[in-house]
Amino acid sequence: MGFEVLLKGNNVARLLGGLLAALRISLVSVVISIILGVLLGVLVTLRRPVITAIYRIYLETVRIMPQLVLLFIVFFGSTKALGLNLSAESASIIVFSFWGTAEMADLVRGSLAAIPVIQYESAASLGFDQVQTYRYIIVPQIVRRMIPLSINLITRMIKTTSLVMMIGIVEVLKVGQQIIEANRKSSPNAAFGVFATVFILYFLACFPISRFAGYLEKKWEN
Amino acid sequence: METILEVKNISKSFDDIMVFENLSLTVKKGEVVVIVGPSGCGKSTFLRCINALERIQEGEIVLDGESIDPAAKNLSRIREKIGMVFQSYDLFPHLTILQNLTLAPVKIRRTNRRDAEKEALEFLDRVGLSNKKDSYPRQLSGGQKQRVAIVRALMMHPEILLLDEITAALDPEMVREVLDVVLDLAREGRTMIVVTHEMQFARAVADRMIFMDGGRIVEEGNAVEFFDAPKTDRLRKFLHSFDYERRE
Ligand SMILES: Nc1ncnc2c1ncn2[C@@H]1O[C@H](COP(=O)(O)OP(=O)(O)OP(=O)(O)O)[C@@H](O)[C@H]1O
Ligand SMILES: [Mg+2]
Repeated sequence: MGFEVLLKGNNVARLLGGLLAALRISLVSVVISIILGVLLGVLVTLRRPVITAIYRIYLETVRIMPQLVLLFIVFFGSTKALGLNLSAESASIIVFSFWGTAEMADLVRGSLAAIPVIQYESAASLGFDQVQTYRYIIVPQIVRRMIPLSINLITRMIKTTSLVMMIGIVEVLKVGQQIIEANRKSSPNAAFGVFATVFILYFLACFPISRFAGYLEKKWEN
Repeated sequence: METILEVKNISKSFDDIMVFENLSLTVKKGEVVVIVGPSGCGKSTFLRCINALERIQEGEIVLDGESIDPAAKNLSRIREKIGMVFQSYDLFPHLTILQNLTLAPVKIRRTNRRDAEKEALEFLDRVGLSNKKDSYPRQLSGGQKQRVAIVRALMMHPEILLLDEITAALDPEMVREVLDVVLDLAREGRTMIVVTHEMQFARAVADRMIFMDGGRIVEEGNAVEFFDAPKTDRLRKFLHSFDYERRE
């Protein structure tokens, strides 16, 4: 079946190392995305025309551009055009954060807009001042909406890390391909065994996270 | 009786649309004032001005000796004295019923949590909802939500309650359970300004009836005279619009 190649040398360890790189890129990017996304989402809620225009263009760019193209632009473009020497991992984090920030900002904007005016007004008429209203009533409602969605974003990022191999980061799929190449002669079926393992690894990384997101969503639905 | 609220010649307009001009009203402690009038005549806006949710252009609103002004530094403190319940359900969806009731007293008035919970449970018992204390608002019917909203306002020990068509969004069979709570509060001597389209209820609860139309108080008086012997044509027409006659 081709699983035997995994037992050769340190192939399992190499695959796991690749998964770790993928998780690291996703996690760092998500943290950056949440911080920048929340800031941007709140800024957009202020309804300043200039901010809104820039935000729209940014959002559209992220939606239209394939992540792979962005990766190439940042990784190769920055080296060529700007003479920077970005590591493949930094380039990936930049692209993933660029993408994640847009998604988070839109989530924050949407969550804020979804809170009815009456929530602010009834808080005010109970005697809450503006800071207290945000602290006890608005932010908790937004966080409840946002956490499951951000977790969902993490799993999508982990999945998308499979693209990162194109710019040469040692990452699960890449390691998988190296193993297949190295064993072309001895195990012609290596492709199946390796890709099945890669599938299981991605599944093991994403499934618990997305289940947890689902659990939170259920718990907080209202 | 002592005056609790004084609205002096207030005017309110949205951009260039005048809602009312030179409107005055005095409410005494323990009095229940019921305001009725055609849709769009400014009843909600009037209540919202009293609570400084809307800015007035002219005049003054004085509650318990303090002027109410949206720009006032101590606005939140004054608002504590005014309880308001809106037409749409406005409970905080992320909190249980008990938490909805205790949040404001604990965070704003620094009431001890245990005392606040004890008081909340007593109130819930009175409105027949003690078994709902750990439920979330989404698990309650509209009528139950409005009863909780009334209790939430009462938890701040307001000097006056403003109720804006609190049964207008309810199914008919739930109207009663909410209005019974309001009647109960009236009997207890609470000061209230009530806006409603429920004429039978208005008659039962009002110490004083007010008919608003075209941004003015057109007629006011005690409930019996108001309903049985309206003095103005406009009120007569308005009241008549609630009657149904069988056409043979
Ligand atoms: N935020 C607003 N901006 C502009 N106009 C408004 C606003 N709020 C209310 N109005 C207008 O002010 C007038 C009074 O509205 P209000 O809601 O106070 O009437 P109402 O007597 O409460 O009516 P209803 O019985 O339908 O609740 C209406 O003509 C309405 O269109
Ligand atoms: Mg109204």
